[in-house]
Amino acid sequence: MRAYDFPLFPEQASTMAAQVDYFYLFLIAVSLFFGVIIAAMLVGFSIRFRRRNPQDVGHHIHGSTLLEIAWSVIPFGITMVIFAWGVWLFFGFSRPPDNAHEVFVVGKQWMWKLQHMEGRREINELHVPIGQAVKLTMTSEDVIHSFYIPAFRMKFDVLPGRYTTSWFEATKVGEYHLFCAEYCGTEHSGMIGKIVVMEPAAFEKWLSEQPPAPQPPGHPAAAAVSAPAGAAASPVAAGEALFTARACATCHLPQGGGLGPSLVGVFGHMVKLSDGSEVLADEAYVRESILNPTAKIVQGFQPVMPTFQGQLSEEQVMQLIQYIKSLDKGAPASGQGVAQTAPVGADSAS
Amino acid sequence: MATPALKPVAAGAPPAERMRRSYLNADYSVASWLLTVDHKRIAVLYLISVTVFFILGGLFAAGVRLELLTPKGDLLQADTYNKFFTMHGVVMVFFFLVPSIPATLGNFLVPMMIGARDLAFPRINLLSWYVFILGGAFALAAMIFGGVDTGWTFYTPYSTSYSVTNVMLAAVGIFITGFASILTGLNFIVTIHRMRAPGLTWFRLPLFIWAHYATSLIMVLGTPVIAITIFLVAIERGLHIGIFDPALGGDPVLFQHLFWFYSHPAVYIMILPGMGVISEIITCFARKPIFGYSFIAMSSLAIAVLGFVVWGHHLFTSSQSVYAALIFSILSFAVAIPSAVKVFNWSATLYRGAISFEAPMLYALGFIGLFTVGGLTGLFLAAIGLDLHVHDTYFVVAHFHYIMVGGAVLAFLGGLHFWWPKMFGRMYPEMPARVAAVIVFIGFNLTFFPQFLLGYLGMPRRYHAYPAEFQVLNVMSTAGASILAVGYLLPFCYLLWSLKFGPKAANNPWGATGLEWTTPSPPPTENFAEQPIVTAEPYTYGTAEDLEEVSVA
Ligand code: HEM
Ligand SMILES: [Cu+2]
Repeated sequence: MRAYDFPLFPEQASTMAAQVDYFYLFLIAVSLFFGVIIAAMLVGFSIRFRRRNPQDVGHHIHGSTLLEIAWSVIPFGITMVIFAWGVWLFFGFSRPPDNAHEVFVVGKQWMWKLQHMEGRREINELHVPIGQAVKLTMTSEDVIHSFYIPAFRMKFDVLPGRYTTSWFEATKVGEYHLFCAEYCGTEHSGMIGKIVVMEPAAFEKWLSEQPPAPQPPGHPAAAAVSAPAGAAASPVAAGEALFTARACATCHLPQGGGLGPSLVGVFGHMVKLSDGSEVLADEAYVRESILNPTAKIVQGFQPVMPTFQGQLSEEQVMQLIQYIKSLDKGAPASGQGVAQTAPVGADSAS
Repeated sequence: MATPALKPVAAGAPPAERMRRSYLNADYSVASWLLTVDHKRIAVLYLISVTVFFILGGLFAAGVRLELLTPKGDLLQADTYNKFFTMHGVVMVFFFLVPSIPATLGNFLVPMMIGARDLAFPRINLLSWYVFILGGAFALAAMIFGGVDTGWTFYTPYSTSYSVTNVMLAAVGIFITGFASILTGLNFIVTIHRMRAPGLTWFRLPLFIWAHYATSLIMVLGTPVIAITIFLVAIERGLHIGIFDPALGGDPVLFQHLFWFYSHPAVYIMILPGMGVISEIITCFARKPIFGYSFIAMSSLAIAVLGFVVWGHHLFTSSQSVYAALIFSILSFAVAIPSAVKVFNWSATLYRGAISFEAPMLYALGFIGLFTVGGLTGLFLAAIGLDLHVHDTYFVVAHFHYIMVGGAVLAFLGGLHFWWPKMFGRMYPEMPARVAAVIVFIGFNLTFFPQFLLGYLGMPRRYHAYPAEFQVLNVMSTAGASILAVGYLLPFCYLLWSLKFGPKAANNPWGATGLEWTTPSPPPTENFAEQPIVTAEPYTYGTAEDLEEVSVA
C-alpha cells in the first residue's frame, strides 16, 4: 500500500502476513477504543471542570470499588483475547509442515550463508518457490544474529552453538528484504540481503543450475572464477564426503562393531547413555557429540572420540548432521545405499 | 547511624531566626556541600549530576538522529554510530532514568513528606552519591578512551568475545553505579518503615511515598542481579571462562535471561516514581482527593511484584520453549492491568474537579497521554505472534521511548516544576514553562510516532544505514527531535534564571496538601521546627459541605 511517495504498510508476501496484519489491525482498534475513552476523559473533564474562580474546589469523591473492578476486569478480558490470538499465531509460526523445502542458514559477521537441501548455495540471497513451505534450520558462526523478512512477518534469532528453526510460505513473486535484526557488531546494518520468490518451474530450473560457488561480497574477482566441481553438492553428499575425509567412518561403522556406535537409524530416536539416562538424538545432540564428544557417552562405549571443535565450520557440522539424518531413512538422498552396503568408511580407512 | 528522633525546637536561636536559615544558605563552603549529610543537599548534588548525564545522553541521541537523516551511513562511520547509540542507551538508562526521580525528588521529598528530619542513614545517602559519581567516572572514561559498541544490553557473546571496545570500563561503571541504587533503595525502605510522623499510617501516606516504596523494593532485589551479570561478563572477557560464549562452552541465552531479570523490573524503577509524581500533581491541580487512593497504592506494589516475572517477553524470538513464551506472554498482560488502573484513576480524578493548568499540570496531562500510548503498544509486543514481526525493530524503540522518555522524563519535569518553589524558594516564569510543556509534547510525538510506522514497515533498530523507502519517516523523526530539543532547553534556561531572578515563593504556592508544604520554602536544614503530627487523610482537597461519596460497594 503506497499512500504517498513512501509506504505506510509493509507488503504482504507470505501466508502468515495477512493473518498477522489482521491481528495488528485488531490491536489498533483496541488501542483506539481505550485511547479515545482516555482522551475523552482527559480533554472533556479538563474543559468541563476547569477552574473558573480561584476559590473553586473540587467535589469530595474518593472512589468507587465498582468502577475499579469494572476497569480492571474489562481490560483483563480484552488482553486475554489478545493473548489467545497471539499464541494461536505463534503456533502457526512454530510448526513447519512436513513437506517443506529445506534451507540451511549460517549467520556470520556480516553475511548470510544459505544452502538448499538440494545443494545450491547462496550468499545474502535466498531464492524460494511460491506456494511451498520453506523450512529454515539456522545457526551462527560467531555472535547472535536474527533472520528477519518483514514482508513475511517472520523473524527468528540465529544463535551460535544452537539450531533454531523457522518457516514461511511465500505467496507473491518478487524480491523482498532480508535483514539481520539482532545487533551483531560494526556492519550490522550491512548484514542484509534479498529473498527472491519465483514461480515453481523457474525455481526448479534455478535450483538445478550449477553456478559458480558464491563468494563473499567484496570479492568480485573471486566470484567470477568458476567453482570446482561438486561445489553444489547437496549437504548430504557433502556430509558424506566429510564423514569419510575426517575419518569418522573408521569408528562409526554402519553395521556396528567399531570403536563408536553405528549411526544408522540413530537420528530422531532415543539414545541410551552410559549414566543410564536417555537423550533424543536431534540436531543439537549430534552437534554436541561432534564438538564436545565426552559430554554424553553412549552406553557401552568409551570416551575416546576426539573433539572436532575448531576443525569444522558450522556449515560442515550442518552437512554432517544432514548426512547422519539421511542414514535414518534407509534410503539417503545421496550416496545411495550407504546404510546397506557397508564399507564406505572401511574403504577410505584402509 | 540513624538520625535521632526529631526533637522539638532545639535550644539556641529563637524559632523565627532559625527558620530564616534554609538548607541552601546554612553554609556556603564547598566542603559543606561535598560532605553534607543533609538529604536535601544530596538531592541537589544528584540533580546536577543527572542533568549533566541527560545532556550528554542527549548529545549522543542528536548524533544518532542526524545520521539517520539519510539512508546512507554518511555522517558517522559505522562503528562510531554504534558507539553513539550504545552510549546514548547506557547513559540514559543507568545514569539518568534509574536515578533521576528517586535520587533527586525522592531524596528531597521522602523525609519531608513523612515528617522526618532526614533519611534513616544520612551518611549512606552521601556515600550513594559518591558511588554514583565513581561509576559515572568509569563510564565517562569508557567514552573518552574510545567508547563502547555493544548496545546498552551487552548481549553475549558479542560483548564477551567479539567487541574490541571498552566493554570492561563500561561494565565496571555500571556495576559500581548499581550499588548507589541499592543504597538509595535500602535507605528509603528503612526510612518509610521507621520514621513516619505520629499519625501517618500506611494508608495516609502520599502516593509518591508508595511509589518510592515499591521502587525501592525493586532496587534492592533486582539490582544485585545485574551487578552479578555484568560481573560475569567482565570475568568471561578477562579470563575467557565459558559462561555465555558457546565457543567456550557457555550459553548465550543465559545472559539474556539474567540481563532481563533485572532490566525489565528496572523499567519500573524508571516509571513507578514518575507515577507517584503524577498522582501528587493531578490531585493538587484538580483540587480534589485522588480517585481510588488504595487502588493506586496497591497497583504500585502489584507492578513491582509482577514486574519480576515478565522478563522472558524480551526473548520470544530467541529459542525459549513455546510454553515458556506462553507463560511470559500471559504474565506480561497481567502486569498491564495495574498500569491501566492507574491511568483510569488519574483521569477519573479530574471528574468534577476545579482544574487549573499550571506547568506541572500540563506535564502531568502530557504524561498520561504518552504513557497510555506506550502502555497500549506494550500489548502489541506482549502478543507473541505479533512480536515475531516487530521485535527489535523501530516499533520497540518507539514503545520504550513513549514509556521512558514520554513517561519518566515528563514526570521528572512535571515534578521538578511542582516542587521547584519548595526546593529553591523561587518561582519560575509561568508562561515559558507552559510553552515548554507544549513544545515537549508536540516534539515528542513528532519524533517517536513515525517510529511505530517504521517498525511495522520492518526497519530494524540499531541500523546505521537503511533502505531508501524508510527515509521520509526518518526525516520526520529527526525534525521532531529538534523540536523536542528546544522543549528540553527551555526549562534548563528559565529554571536556572529563576534561581536568581524568580520571585520569592510562598510556602505553599499551589495550595497543595502534604507535610512538605508546611515547611518554609526553601526548608531549613532540619525540615520541621516541631515534630508534625498527622490527623487527617491524605489529599483533603475539596470542602466539607459538598462531601459526596460515590463509593458504594
Ligand atoms: C510500565 C512501563 C514500561 C516500561 C518502562 C517499558 C520499557 C521497555 C523497554 C526499555 C523495552 C525495550 C527493550 C529492548 O531494548 O529491546 C521494552 C520492550 C518490551 N515491552 Fe515494555 N515497558 C513498559 C510497559 C510494558 C507493558 C505494560 C508491556 C506489556 C503489556 C510491555 C511489553 C514489552 C515487551 C513484550 C517488550 C519486548 C519487545 C521486544 O523486544 O520485541 N511493556 N519495554
Ligand atoms: Cu547479524
